[in-house]
Amino acid sequence: MNFNSFSEFLAMGNHGVYVWSSYAISFAILLLNVALPLMARQRYLKNEARRLRREAQQ
Amino acid sequence: MNWTWFHKLGSPKWFYEISGRWLPWLSVSAVLLIVVGAVMGLAYAPPDYQQGNSFRIIYIHVPAAFLAQSTYISLAIAGVVGLVWKMKIADVAVQQAAPIGAWMTVIALVTGAVWGKPTWGAWWVWDARLTAMLILLFLYFGIIALGHAISNRESSAKACAILAIVGVVNIPIIKYSVDWWNTLHQPATFTITEKPAMPMEMWLPLLIMTIGFYCFFAAVLLMRMRLEVLRRESRTRWAQAEVARQIGRSA
Repeated sequence: MNFNSFSEFLAMGNHGVYVWSSYAISFAILLLNVALPLMARQRYLKNEARRLRREAQQ
Repeated sequence: MNWTWFHKLGSPKWFYEISGRWLPWLSVSAVLLIVVGAVMGLAYAPPDYQQGNSFRIIYIHVPAAFLAQSTYISLAIAGVVGLVWKMKIADVAVQQAAPIGAWMTVIALVTGAVWGKPTWGAWWVWDARLTAMLILLFLYFGIIALGHAISNRESSAKACAILAIVGVVNIPIIKYSVDWWNTLHQPATFTITEKPAMPMEMWLPLLIMTIGFYCFFAAVLLMRMRLEVLRRESRTRWAQAEVARQIGRSA
């Protein structure tokens, strides 16, 4: 461990704002990249299920 | 060399099956490597003697910038494969990789700006490296827009492939910008061919993060491509069977 305490770790030697904001933004973008295709897949399957039900009724 | 795998790759069904087997491994590796790399980089790597702790931004900035460029090169390769061998899966790859590449470029630019503020005293400078990265982002936007603008799948594939191939000229410009011009951006800190100038504790997290980002890219790309393949093959029996199976599972 390179830091003596947790508060020192958070402070990052006065660079805390820069380090943590860039990590937060990057991880948010990574999560978004996972969430978007997952949501698109759910939406597609839902639409297909609805279409199949409609066709079955006819 | 046996080329059957290359011809099989042209079959969407084969791609769907094999990618389904790779996806869990790639996802788990991506999460593990990125978490381990981030913890090592943030907590265990020693501070830089000049930049202090702000240098820890390197552990996302450099992998994202690497990936942004590699993704563009793979777009160009997929473009060539699509044009020469008329492989349908190549166009799927181009269309689905472009948004990920654009997001990686955004990460590289944003973290670069945040890193630039404490290091150079400015969020943005019109430096050769930064400008070339911005052009890369616009190239990605161009490919994404072109893919959506042309409704005919085949002409759209051709147009995107050509733009991807022409735009690849920007990649060596990004790479050598720090050598060709007098720039504020520091030269390469990380090469595969040379012994790193950094101590091991600094260098190892960077390697782990870079491999993690590549696994992340592969996993997200496969997720996106698999959905697109299902969409495009929705008239075939195997795709209909797969959709029915997935609906049954989620219901």
